[in-house]
Amino acid sequence: MTGWRPVLAAAVHLRHDRVRDTDLLLLPERVVVLEGNAGAVLRLCDGQREVPDIVAELAHLYPGAPVAEDVPEFLGRIREEGWLR
Amino acid sequence: MAAMTGTSSPSGDRARPRPWALLAELTHGCPLHCPYCSNPLELTRRSAELTTDEWREALRQAADLGVVSAHLSGGEPLLRSDLEAIVAAADGAGIHTQLITSGVGLSRARLGRLVDAGLRSVQLSVQHADPSASDLIAGRRSFVDKERAAALVRDSGLPLGLNVVLHRHNLDALDELIDLAPAWGADRIELANTQFYGWALRNRAELLPSREQLTRAQQTVRRRRDELAGTVELVWVVPDYFDGNAKPCMGGWGAISLTIAPDGTTLPCPAAASIPGLDAPNVRDHRLEWIWVHSRAFTLYRGTEWMRDPCRSCELREKDFGGCRCQAFALTGDAAATDPACRLSPDHALVRDLVDALPEPPASAGLGKPRSPARRAAVTPRGAAGR
Repeated sequence: MTGWRPVLAAAVHLRHDRVRDTDLLLLPERVVVLEGNAGAVLRLCDGQREVPDIVAELAHLYPGAPVAEDVPEFLGRIREEGWLR
Repeated sequence: MAAMTGTSSPSGDRARPRPWALLAELTHGCPLHCPYCSNPLELTRRSAELTTDEWREALRQAADLGVVSAHLSGGEPLLRSDLEAIVAAADGAGIHTQLITSGVGLSRARLGRLVDAGLRSVQLSVQHADPSASDLIAGRRSFVDKERAAALVRDSGLPLGLNVVLHRHNLDALDELIDLAPAWGADRIELANTQFYGWALRNRAELLPSREQLTRAQQTVRRRRDELAGTVELVWVVPDYFDGNAKPCMGGWGAISLTIAPDGTTLPCPAAASIPGLDAPNVRDHRLEWIWVHSRAFTLYRGTEWMRDPCRSCELREKDFGGCRCQAFALTGDAAATDPACRLSPDHALVRDLVDALPEPPASAGLGKPRSPARRAAVTPRGAAGR
């Protein structure tokens, strides 16, 4: 993941669902429900920040959360789905 | 603290289901006349269509109800001169829009306006990989329009998907059809075996493939999926007549999706108008929330309470929801029956005998009677009389 500046793929839109009060990824034929703080993580994926920057910001926002373990694994999984570049 | 990140798929909340998706059938008008058209046999005339303002209001209400994604379909939605306004209304309400089109009539300028209005993706139908065969199935010269439309979408930067309805006249060209996806810049191709409702049920004898054709096609899909992994997503919509399994139709009746027809009739799926006694509600007469929560049309087959055996005691009842109500009605005359596609249905022979009797190669070379451009179908098949 060195040097990777994650950004959502062009076909993927991150949106807050006001009716269900949850974050979603909207794709042409698919809706993905983002659980926990997944939406907050993906909002930091702007193509500018590298993964360590994202982890550092989240560690500041969520003290005590297992950010360093969870977040890189989560981002890798989302990249494998093709939703992050 | 538990894992702070995760994803899941949308599901029907049993206590209080909310719709995720809307199929907006903007018009039944269409330049194509495919013999398997998913539109009902009785097409809505143009003058009875919802107005721009009525669609705006319906989309606002749909968003309030929980809809986050809309397929703008038809007929051919490009025939609506106010399509841009409808896209803008959906986008303004927070609904992700996909245009489902034949590609006929899509110009660079029109697509530009749709993108500006907030359109997020395009799905283009293709009838066959061979231009003249495609034009024959579509009932008019249209393959070149599709190829041009694909290039326009690709240039616009929107994601492009192809959709192919499969039947005995194009299943053997599956390799060439799949080739169109990378050639035209599509990142997804939906290979949808014909579902036999409406026009397709009427033309079933001409459309139903042989078991051998399907077996070859399934092998092709497996091989091509491996080859194209990471570049093109291949979606195979299974033909439910052949394997003895009922499909989990619409993810359950009134569970995750709703359809608004061109005249505002609102039902759990596009084929449900064929089921008598639903007292189909209309967004012109009722709030969408009342329609979704309380109307007979949406509550009659919601959940599992309506089921009889073998569904009622079946461990699959929460997985396949008893299959498809429209198919149960079309084939048995009883919409509460187990879908005859299921091997556990007492009526399964209706489907099994049909596919077992099919010779190889297919006996009929005909395409079936095309979707009629007239307002009313001349003939209504037995068991599909509606409304």
